[in-house]
Amino acid sequence: MDPRRGPLAVPKVRRVGFFTSIEPSPETPRPNRSLSGPAEAITSSSPLSDSPSGQFISPVQIPPSRHHSDNLASRAAPVPVPGPSAFRRQLANDRTLHVGSYNPVDSLLGTSPPSSNGEVSEDSGSLFGFQRSDSAKLSASFPNGGFNMTVAVRAPRESEAKVAIASTSDGRKKNVEASGESESVATKPRKEKETKSLKEKTSKAERRAIQEAQRAAKAAAKGEGSKRAGESSRPKPSKPAKQPQPKKEAPQVTSSLSEKRAVSVEKERRMDVPQTQMQYDDKSRVDKAKRRSVVEQTESKNKVELFLHLPQYERGNQLPNLSSNIFTLDTIHHAVYKVGLQHLAGDIAGDNARCIAMLHAFQEAINDYTTPPMKDLTMDLTAKINGYVSFLIECRPLSMSMGNAIRFLKNQIRKLPVDLSEPEAKASLCSEIGRFIDEKILLADKVIVQHAVTKIRDGEVLLTYGFSCVVEMILLYAHEIGRKFRVVIVDSRPNLEGQKLLRRLVTRGLDCTYTHINAVSYIMGEVTRVFLGASSIFSNGTLYSQVGTACVAMVANAFSVPVIVCCEAYKFHERVLLDSICSNELGDPDAIANVPLRNNKKHSKTMDNNKNLQFLNLMYDSTPAEYISMIVTDYGMIPPTSIPVIVREYRREDLLL
Amino acid sequence: MWRRSASFILDKHQNNKPISLTPSIGSPPPLSASVADENLNPNHISAYYQTRAAHHEIVTSDWLEQAQAAVRRYLDQDSPVSGRPFSVIEEFDNWRQQPALAEAVAAIRALAAVIRASEANTMMELEIELKKASDTLKAWDTTSISLTAGCDLFMRYVTRTSALESEDFNSAKSRVLGRAEKFGEISNKIIATLSQDFIFDGCTILVHGFSRVVFEILKTAAQNKKLFRVLCTEGRPDKTGVLLAKELAKLDVPVKLLIDSAVAYCMDEVDMVFVGADGVVESGGVINMMGTYQIAIVAHSMNKPVYVAAESYKFARLYPLDQKDLEPALQPIDFGVSVPPKVEVERSARDYTPQFLTLLFTDLGVLTPSVVSDELIQLYL
Repeated sequence: MDPRRGPLAVPKVRRVGFFTSIEPSPETPRPNRSLSGPAEAITSSSPLSDSPSGQFISPVQIPPSRHHSDNLASRAAPVPVPGPSAFRRQLANDRTLHVGSYNPVDSLLGTSPPSSNGEVSEDSGSLFGFQRSDSAKLSASFPNGGFNMTVAVRAPRESEAKVAIASTSDGRKKNVEASGESESVATKPRKEKETKSLKEKTSKAERRAIQEAQRAAKAAAKGEGSKRAGESSRPKPSKPAKQPQPKKEAPQVTSSLSEKRAVSVEKERRMDVPQTQMQYDDKSRVDKAKRRSVVEQTESKNKVELFLHLPQYERGNQLPNLSSNIFTLDTIHHAVYKVGLQHLAGDIAGDNARCIAMLHAFQEAINDYTTPPMKDLTMDLTAKINGYVSFLIECRPLSMSMGNAIRFLKNQIRKLPVDLSEPEAKASLCSEIGRFIDEKILLADKVIVQHAVTKIRDGEVLLTYGFSCVVEMILLYAHEIGRKFRVVIVDSRPNLEGQKLLRRLVTRGLDCTYTHINAVSYIMGEVTRVFLGASSIFSNGTLYSQVGTACVAMVANAFSVPVIVCCEAYKFHERVLLDSICSNELGDPDAIANVPLRNNKKHSKTMDNNKNLQFLNLMYDSTPAEYISMIVTDYGMIPPTSIPVIVREYRREDLLL
Repeated sequence: MWRRSASFILDKHQNNKPISLTPSIGSPPPLSASVADENLNPNHISAYYQTRAAHHEIVTSDWLEQAQAAVRRYLDQDSPVSGRPFSVIEEFDNWRQQPALAEAVAAIRALAAVIRASEANTMMELEIELKKASDTLKAWDTTSISLTAGCDLFMRYVTRTSALESEDFNSAKSRVLGRAEKFGEISNKIIATLSQDFIFDGCTILVHGFSRVVFEILKTAAQNKKLFRVLCTEGRPDKTGVLLAKELAKLDVPVKLLIDSAVAYCMDEVDMVFVGADGVVESGGVINMMGTYQIAIVAHSMNKPVYVAAESYKFARLYPLDQKDLEPALQPIDFGVSVPPKVEVERSARDYTPQFLTLLFTDLGVLTPSVVSDELIQLYL
């Protein structure tokens, strides 16, 4: 009924996480689902969870069923029910449906803006490492079969425009989406070549060729994600042509497609978001990226299995390497170089700080930029910025907010009037960047502080986790205007960022309690409000923040303490995030291996060489929307369900379109 | 929940000394006396609930009279300060006395009267004047959500209209006035029509309190020859449920009255719950007469839908985090017996239902709770 803060006994999304592959089939999926009984078996997913082959899936299926069964259970409003025949066919086919059963999820999410598809698929792919290959084969071998009626089941309920499409093609499309995602890891390079060669055939202008070269150089770093986003955001006729029925349609469709859309695709790709992560388990791409990379990195030996898609490098040797190179490299502007080094060394932490530093560096770089002869400022500068961005990614994966800022900048470059002279263009770009920093970050913070302070009453106990500069500003301001409250700072190893906050608050005379996250369930009893910072918030309301945030939010929720997230609107992201796996950052594994104060030198030595030991130092985690009571942003206080509204209404002018 | 912090006790201790609001007020007589004494602060009783009680002719004690006297005195003090011949609040008060008129509409009518009376020559001046007027109105009764929301919405409209600078002042002024008229016409009819699909033959509807919109819905359903039964809660302390039952009985709708505590007992025979709203807030929850939240909880636990009927001018840019996060609107409570001294009385008139609502019937359409924020963002930003 109210998905945001519904009954919380079921941490749906969290179950998707980390442990799925380790503990094969968890106890019982969900109380709700067992309640739903045979009458509700019509929901496309529940028959599967009962079927023997579905036992691995069951935890992961939870997201789709949340929508359907909740509706069924709690509403009197009629829900269209598919005919019995569809149901029967589905049951008969349920063995083949492993991947197909994701369709509801995929397409639910697929309707949300562009690049969500890629992410979801990555998720299912990595979760089913062991299932991936054969289920993909199975699904590929049923060109229409099983998937058709999952669509039929879904379609009336969703009542999308898609219904209009003939069911065969629709089914095929689903099929591809499902099988294609899991296959994609393997087939990616091949696909790539295909498209590339096609393009070369059809391309006429030499400008295109130049772009091609540029793109080949840059694309790898920005990763397949962006590419896929580009593809998936358009209507999909090209995809089915590539996979299940290649004989008939493939040549015509792809060629006509490439002619028609080549230009627009190219354009879109150029201005698309630099993805924060490329899939690092994709060998060929990693190799490609390595060839161009500025930073020399050696892959760490004991990689964490579940997180192979994230970069895992040995720490400690990049920085000296880079700093010795600083005078020999001329492709990267020195300001950007400096910021990169600072990111790498961890001198700048915190999303806002990183973002501002990056934008300032870009400002400087643009100031020093001169268009080479025979080149167009728009294109050349975009290419330059792309180069800088991929350098920064090598130093440290970008945060979501930085991705948004970069997108903004590129959009500004793209929108530059053609008749502007170079100095004018540069000046306007610099002022735009300055405006972005002022309005979207600094001013936004002030507005957030004003809003959030209204929620602090006298006599309250506020809990905050880690370090967030907005939360710090709120607390200090509330103290300044004379509110009487107490602060509990919860901190966690290995960064211990909370100490910084503690020091600042205590020197300003606030009443503080400092504790580690281990004690959060104890301290929560006396807390009245939880204030959290955010790295990003996604369209489904999922909060992406420093690791441990989800834990704090969940404990707060169990104690029915309101959780208030403070986040500037420029950090909102139109993608959808379901778990903490597919999009994350890995920190230095040594940081968690080495405990200070304990002389564990020889201890760690044995640990280093142990093949069976993998250190996982996650930097972020995701908190589902239902654990968040309120989001304070520059547009006021909104529920997490309103993130897409903000993204839709207010970001259009800055970003795409 | 907020009592858990140790520091709260300390603060409460300190707070009690100067304000003497929450201390152990025993029975109504000392309360009314204290209110009359502190007539500078009329917020102690919600004006809205006073009028409401007057409309429903249920308040028995002389408490109301005294309280109103207090308010009047406050007004007398206020009007010379503002120093204008025309007082918004008087105007508003006039409109407010009409039982059929919602508070927000009364406020907007009062603001329209301000426009008519104003001698402003430019839109800017008019805007400033209106702003002042609406601020006085809002300050007059800070506990009323629909008053605040109505004023804000109207101001929003005026500022937006004046953004279209092209036209001359008089036409803009008349347009704003026309808009004010329209606000009054946001009729319950649309909402009633929208909600007809949800009332099916043979259903049993639980209604809490008296809400104009809900009554309109039921009336329309009865006129459409739907067969349904209504369970009315008593709606203590102002017994608004009794009033609704009376009205429905006039329409030959089968009605049953329950005491407020019998909601869970009767819930199994109920098919849907209808409630009105004092205010609809950004989280998609509603602020409504005391008891709505517990009915929603009971209904949720028995999987019954809870429908809220509210006009769009009740949408407020508020986001309460919990029950105590609102300024409490206090009302007189007659327990029938004298309350022993040293016993505290919870006199808050409304509660906040943050979740468990199924749908909202508004003149913007039938909305899910999460769309409220969407609409609000579009209205206000």
